Amino acid sequence: MTTILELSGVQKAFGAVVVADDQSWTLKQGEALGVLGPNGAGKTSMFNLVTGTLPLDSGTIRLDGQDITGWSAARRCRAGIARSFQVPQPFGGMTIYENAYVAATQGAGLSGAEAERTCLTVLKQTGLMKKANVMAGGLPLLDRKRLELARAMCAKPRVLLLDEIAGGLTESECHSLIETIKGLRETGISIVWIEHVVHALLAVVDRLIVIDFGKKIAEGDPRTIMDSREVKEIFLGIEADA
Amino acid sequence: MQTVSRSTPLSRAAMTVLLLIVVLMAAAPYWAGRAELRLLGEVFLYLSLATLWNLLAGYAGLVSVGQQAFVGLGGYGFFAATMLWGLSPLAALPIVFVLGAVISAPVAVLIFRLRGAYFAIGTWVVAEVFRLSFAQVAALGGGSGSSLPSAIVKQLAEGRDQREAVAYWLALGVAVAVVGAVFLLLRSRQGVALTAIRDNELAAKSLGIDIWRTKFTVYVATAALTSLVGALIFLQKLRISPDAAFSANDWTAFVIFIVVIGGIGTVEGPIIGTLVFFALRETLADLGTTYLIALGAVAIIIMLRAPKGLWGLVRGKRGLELFPLSRRVMGQGD
Repeated sequence: MTTILELSGVQKAFGAVVVADDQSWTLKQGEALGVLGPNGAGKTSMFNLVTGTLPLDSGTIRLDGQDITGWSAARRCRAGIARSFQVPQPFGGMTIYENAYVAATQGAGLSGAEAERTCLTVLKQTGLMKKANVMAGGLPLLDRKRLELARAMCAKPRVLLLDEIAGGLTESECHSLIETIKGLRETGISIVWIEHVVHALLAVVDRLIVIDFGKKIAEGDPRTIMDSREVKEIFLGIEADA
Repeated sequence: MQTVSRSTPLSRAAMTVLLLIVVLMAAAPYWAGRAELRLLGEVFLYLSLATLWNLLAGYAGLVSVGQQAFVGLGGYGFFAATMLWGLSPLAALPIVFVLGAVISAPVAVLIFRLRGAYFAIGTWVVAEVFRLSFAQVAALGGGSGSSLPSAIVKQLAEGRDQREAVAYWLALGVAVAVVGAVFLLLRSRQGVALTAIRDNELAAKSLGIDIWRTKFTVYVATAALTSLVGALIFLQKLRISPDAAFSANDWTAFVIFIVVIGGIGTVEGPIIGTLVFFALRETLADLGTTYLIALGAVAIIIMLRAPKGLWGLVRGKRGLELFPLSRRVMGQGD
């Protein structure tokens, strides 16, 4: 399998707080990579660095072998990196459908009719069709989270970054989310997924990395990682979720 | 099967009514008196300024308090083109449009380095620099300004009534062009990007929208059209001076008032705001300075009671619209 995304020696600090400490990892074409780590470990910051909303102090990020470290967030999206935000960032004055349409036309660069088809398909897949004409600004949190996923999917990414989209879902909703993401994988999309709902994560991912204090402290097969002493120590408090 | 609709029965009715109003207005020189014609011309020019400022501040998030820079530039450009370079008034208008675009591009590069309040102050400083610079141009009357020679005015039309009619049609034409262009822009794919920027810049750039380039394009296009409106304003006034041309009160404060009370970030807002503004002005202007106090009071009350403006109040949660911009999914149940 070829490598689609590669971070090497990525460093970022806000004063004394190091959010990314010499981070290096790769994502293979078609792979699903899970990211674990306690709150404040630097998981979301790592997504900000990859998507280009936060500039690096040093290190390089490569997409398909091409150095994209200096690229703007917009250019990275058009090149095939899309994300969902942990704290939802809807276009509040637009409907759910229009939010999706932004991603399909601007992110994926689709033409009108094609964008329309993509949006309608994705809204059906993510269970948002019934609320397609509702203004995104007035949505409850769960629908906002669904919209985050839908919008990222409409951008037709090659690399999809998901930031805690399972939290707060009911058992059956969580199940359908897992099915949606599995379905996405079959289309060849590579996924990086930050999630505290460990059982959802384990149902999908091929590999796990664990981050603490901005540093990658473990990496490997999900079962091995979950059983390792180091990870158990960090996750003692949230292991009950699993 | 779902389809996406771009209009509603309300918007179709509104567009028909609007078309009838435009036709009626185009015929105004045949049914209105000279004073009414002047007033209507002024209404259309203010409507244009408000619609442009709304695009700039309400959509692109560029809260400029210095658009008088381009009104003045347009006015002076028009006087220079006709008086100094010998162009006819009609030939001068496209020149003014291009001039506005050319001058605004480097201004944008400079002031886009500023954020938030600093950007607003920056635009004001630019306008002041323009005012002081034009006051130095002796050929255009320096600090005291100059009047448009009657020989140039007569190139528009021989008789006074025809001239006023031509000036009026130009004002109506520019208003229709500006509102129409903004409407079509917002309805297009570029408009979708711009609306996304209005709502959330972080999400917009993460979804592939080049924010700097979008804002730059809007700034330059707005400046070019504002300059054109400026030329028409001073064609109507026939006299220009630095203080009148670069008046922050006339070309920015009133315009912001119109957009804010009408409803910022909507196409309908500036239209409603312009109507309210002129209704207040025509009924209260005799009160002298009390008029400005009344205007301020109205602005405060509306901002407190309806932060999204009068149209925001009417529009409500259902997202009512007269100009069909939205994309609605039909047949969701299927």
